[in-house]
Amino acid sequence: MAAVGAAAAAWPFIDQMNPSAAALALSTVEVDLAPVAAGQQIVVKWRGHPLFIRHRTPAEIDSAKKVDVATLPDPLARNANKPDSASAADEDRVIKPEWLVLIGVCTHLGCTPTGFEGDYGGWLCHCHGSQYDTSGRIRKGPAPENLAVPPYAFLTDTRVKVG
Amino acid sequence: MSGPSTYTPKSGFEKWIDQRLPLPRLMHDTMQTFPTPRNLNIWYTFGGILTFCLGVQILTGIVLAMHYVANAGLAFDSVEAIMRDVNYGWLIRYIHSNGASMFFLAVYIHMFRGLYYGSYKAPRELIWIIGVLIYLLMMATAFFGYVLPWGQMSFWGATVITNLFSAIPVVGSHIATWLWGDFAVGDATLNRFFSLHYLLPFIIAGVVGLHIWALHVPGNNNPLGIDVKSPQDTVPFHPYYTVKDAFYLCLFVVVFATFVFYAPNFFGNPDNYQQANPLVTPPDIVPEWYLLPFYAMLRSIPNKLMGVIVMGGAIVTLFFLPWLDTSRVRSCRFRPLMKQFFWAFAVACVILGYCGAQSVDATVAGIPLLWVARLATLYYFLFFWILMPIIGLIETPKKLPASIAQSVLGDTAAAAAE
Repeated sequence: MAAVGAAAAAWPFIDQMNPSAAALALSTVEVDLAPVAAGQQIVVKWRGHPLFIRHRTPAEIDSAKKVDVATLPDPLARNANKPDSASAADEDRVIKPEWLVLIGVCTHLGCTPTGFEGDYGGWLCHCHGSQYDTSGRIRKGPAPENLAVPPYAFLTDTRVKVG
Repeated sequence: MSGPSTYTPKSGFEKWIDQRLPLPRLMHDTMQTFPTPRNLNIWYTFGGILTFCLGVQILTGIVLAMHYVANAGLAFDSVEAIMRDVNYGWLIRYIHSNGASMFFLAVYIHMFRGLYYGSYKAPRELIWIIGVLIYLLMMATAFFGYVLPWGQMSFWGATVITNLFSAIPVVGSHIATWLWGDFAVGDATLNRFFSLHYLLPFIIAGVVGLHIWALHVPGNNNPLGIDVKSPQDTVPFHPYYTVKDAFYLCLFVVVFATFVFYAPNFFGNPDNYQQANPLVTPPDIVPEWYLLPFYAMLRSIPNKLMGVIVMGGAIVTLFFLPWLDTSRVRSCRFRPLMKQFFWAFAVACVILGYCGAQSVDATVAGIPLLWVARLATLYYFLFFWILMPIIGLIETPKKLPASIAQSVLGDTAAAAAE
């Protein structure tokens, strides 16, 4: 009884640390993709995190598709627009193959990886050396998961809404 | 604090106080007449130096808090205002920021001293364990403090360290969110870190009280590592060690002041003079020098969870030290085998620190530092968990002196003193 009372009294002091109502209010961002040429990447801020939007070249898409999913460290899509069980095949990482939308937070310890670097042509995280491919999938280094894909939808062919 | 008291109140007023709140008695017994081994060397002055460091950090910290603004939009500018506009703000901030480094320098010397002379061995296990606790609190306080100027290293250091908790299976990401108060390091994080940075030094002060209390039960260890056997082995703490401590404190302050006045940014990172930017991680992020060995361990493990476990394990290991050392002899002076492995351990720690400061893919003379760090990490754990228990059993220690007095004064003088 006393333990229940103590826990009930302690809870407000623990829970106040969690994100406040203001932080919880989900935000969305709309991005115009027209100026982004193939082979370019833009970085947008979304919910405090950098968002990578990369216009992939056919060669980059090809190299991402050719990878055997069974050889990947993380076999899951990590894509908010697909079921949790979706595989890390390139098709399940994107909505349109030429547009790769990722949360730019290294799944190791939260640094922002640098684009167009590393052995796989995707991203290299300078903090601890994790390397991602042109589908944003972890290929080498300490990071445990593929770069996450946020919920997003195409409003028009060149306009995307994230969140 | 323990043992029979030698205090006798001299005046009626002192007698009146003594019967109500025997504080003068406590001070007299712990800081004046306290019997202290007569052979303590320079390395034993760092306890006093550390108390001084804590005092300096609290004093300068309270003053800085009068000018600092814990807000993600204002923090960086308020620190610049301290540096440029506040009267002597530059001096107080440089004392505080270099003071953290001096504090860790002193605590590392203090810890290696304890390791070398076996000061963690019975009956001083709790002194050591409380000390490790203080060390942990110091690291937490220093980490929180480093975040406050809200520069690039502040921000990304906070991001990486708090993300360590996300390695915990199932609940990890919830813990990270709970620590941030948001979905990334931000204003909520900065505010709570400031609150904790202000609180922890006072907790440390309290735990230091326990550390000293525990010390005053068995009394000081000494470079010979043998017990005090007679009054000839000791001298009163005052004036012998108050003067010795004060002398070396002065030398320490000379070093301290040299950094503050001539190289105030020696320990700093230029990236921290750029305001925090959540979209760009600096190309080479490094923690403060005193955390580098642990950082090197983290990076040397290619798996996130294992890396965090190894890094945490390196500190948790220290808590078990009193029971990992199986030797009956305390001091490495009389442990020819242990002495060599001790110095190898010290070198491994320095190597780890060096590796932690370099980029992940750096090489020296063609050797990848990643593998150097891996070997040094291996040795760190090997030293405590395998070598230390085995060496204690197989080593033949040198002959111990009969007493401290005999060792210091020689046979005849010691006999004459009795």
